[in-house]
Amino acid sequence: MPHSRINNDLLRPLFQTSWRFYLLVGIFGSIVLAALIAWLSQAYFGFGVTGIAWPIYWGFYVTNFVFWIGISHAGTLISAILRLVDAGWRRPVTRCAEVITVFALMIGALFPIIHLGRPWLAFWLFPYPSERLIWPNFRSPLVWDFFAINTYLTGSVLFLVLPMIPDFAVVRDKATGLRKKIYGILALGWRGTPKQWHRLESAMSIMAVAIVPVAVSVHTIVSFDFSMAPVPMWQTTIFGPYFVAGAIFSGIAGLLIAMALLRRFLHLQEYLLPIHFQNLGKLLLVMALLWGYFVFNERLVTYYGNEPSEMAVFWRTQRESFAPLYWTMIIGNFVLPVVLMGIKYFRTITGCVIASIGVIVGMWLERFLIIVPSLGHKYLPYSFGTYRPQPVEIIIAIATFAAMTLLYVLFAKFVPIISIWELKTGPSERTGLPHHLGHVGPVVTDRPRP
Amino acid sequence: MKAIYGLYGDGMSAQQAVNRLRAAGVADREIVVMSSQPMEDYEFGHMDSRTRIWWIACLGGLIGMATALGLAWLTEVSWPINVGGLPTFAWWPNLIIIFELTMLGAILATVVTLAVTAGLGRGSSFYDPAVSDGKILVGVANPPEASVHELESALAAIHGAQIKMI
Repeated sequence: MPHSRINNDLLRPLFQTSWRFYLLVGIFGSIVLAALIAWLSQAYFGFGVTGIAWPIYWGFYVTNFVFWIGISHAGTLISAILRLVDAGWRRPVTRCAEVITVFALMIGALFPIIHLGRPWLAFWLFPYPSERLIWPNFRSPLVWDFFAINTYLTGSVLFLVLPMIPDFAVVRDKATGLRKKIYGILALGWRGTPKQWHRLESAMSIMAVAIVPVAVSVHTIVSFDFSMAPVPMWQTTIFGPYFVAGAIFSGIAGLLIAMALLRRFLHLQEYLLPIHFQNLGKLLLVMALLWGYFVFNERLVTYYGNEPSEMAVFWRTQRESFAPLYWTMIIGNFVLPVVLMGIKYFRTITGCVIASIGVIVGMWLERFLIIVPSLGHKYLPYSFGTYRPQPVEIIIAIATFAAMTLLYVLFAKFVPIISIWELKTGPSERTGLPHHLGHVGPVVTDRPRP
Repeated sequence: MKAIYGLYGDGMSAQQAVNRLRAAGVADREIVVMSSQPMEDYEFGHMDSRTRIWWIACLGGLIGMATALGLAWLTEVSWPINVGGLPTFAWWPNLIIIFELTMLGAILATVVTLAVTAGLGRGSSFYDPAVSDGKILVGVANPPEASVHELESALAAIHGAQIKMI
């Protein structure tokens, strides 16, 4: 495919704005605005407007926090792994994925602040020398969260931004007027010399090596928020890998949904091919099986331990008040993806999207079911309680999805959503292979020096 | 004259242009190549590829590690608190902070090295927007007046070359 065609196709959303863009921004912006009003009302009237009360202080907000941190594993981690193994089919997918990471982390990181009664004192959460003594308490999982999430967010933003620089240069070269000036600044004087390309690729390789363990550490540390606490069904060694697997699982699902929407609305049918969905669908299947394996382990060990307080939570989720949510989670996270992605006939784009929606719902429920049933049924009857989410929490939870969509739409409007230069690198000029088959290996023309 | 360069439609032609410039006595450091994608399949794509970025990243990681160790030690010893009977300076939880800051150090060192060594943010001597359309630019910046004609001949000798002087 000629470079000019790639440029035209991938820059079209930047230079042409349809009424759909304004409609989407209007709809999702309104939902986010509603959530902002809800949150301001919570700040004004106090936490009484929420369902959060003794003994369940972690309701929808912490569910959303863990869920969105999990979704953030879609991008950087998957992109880094695919980059390290040099999977040629990754090229049209990486940026779509990396963007999810950055926005999901930003949304997730808002929840510790939303969860505060006095959000204007949010800076109290930061570890700095003060009379609250958070500063020296490096033994608190909340301080680990601070370091891990900030490292991951910094790394993910840079991992997303660095490969955008050559694409900003393309936009700079194609744009006129103010847009040319803005993208000229963003392109940082990029010219595409061999030295620049080599340094960029070296930097991306190092970043990929560094970001994979950081991503794993982030969700392990989020799991420590639970497993370090003496609460029934929380104090388990399996939580670290269980959370990481769940995070990657939900991340892939989020990525598949985003790719399907981009393909349809930005007319990227020639770039986001069925093979990309099929490959990611296979990954989704693997993660569904892994998730099922972890759940089986967790449940079996608890069942054999037969500890009364743990068994109370165990049966609450499987047979009693939380059973409908639990079995919906099992269907969404295991039955649906295993059937749809396991049978080749169903591993289509539509099949991937249906399975992914099931996984997103299932993973949100999983986070909820880890938090609420356990906190509502701790060791002694005086600490038993229930939780009913209130409109404020429900609006904010819904708005997180709207915020994600809004940010994604805006990003796709201002930045090529598929990495142009990586796509150009894919095909070999001399084999004529289509883009999605990727790079076919080095064919160095080692000309003798004169 | 600021620069003389040719625009080529494919990597093979660009490689030939680079070779002809070398034959005309132009040193590698004076040859300017620009492309809209990495050209690793060609010899000219590996010009100036020696880098210490991996070592600098490791150094950044070590600095991050030392910072984390110092931060944890200094603060825990200065404000000793009893947390669940753990030692004041407990290695297991501190390893988490040390790991995160090690990685952060490596990442930041990598990005700074990229920005400095790739010349990001610095003005360029010349550029042609045709590079974005897939053309490969091969040329020489600030060529001596005496050699302009020879350089032009070298660059134009390849079929399909589009020669420009600015």
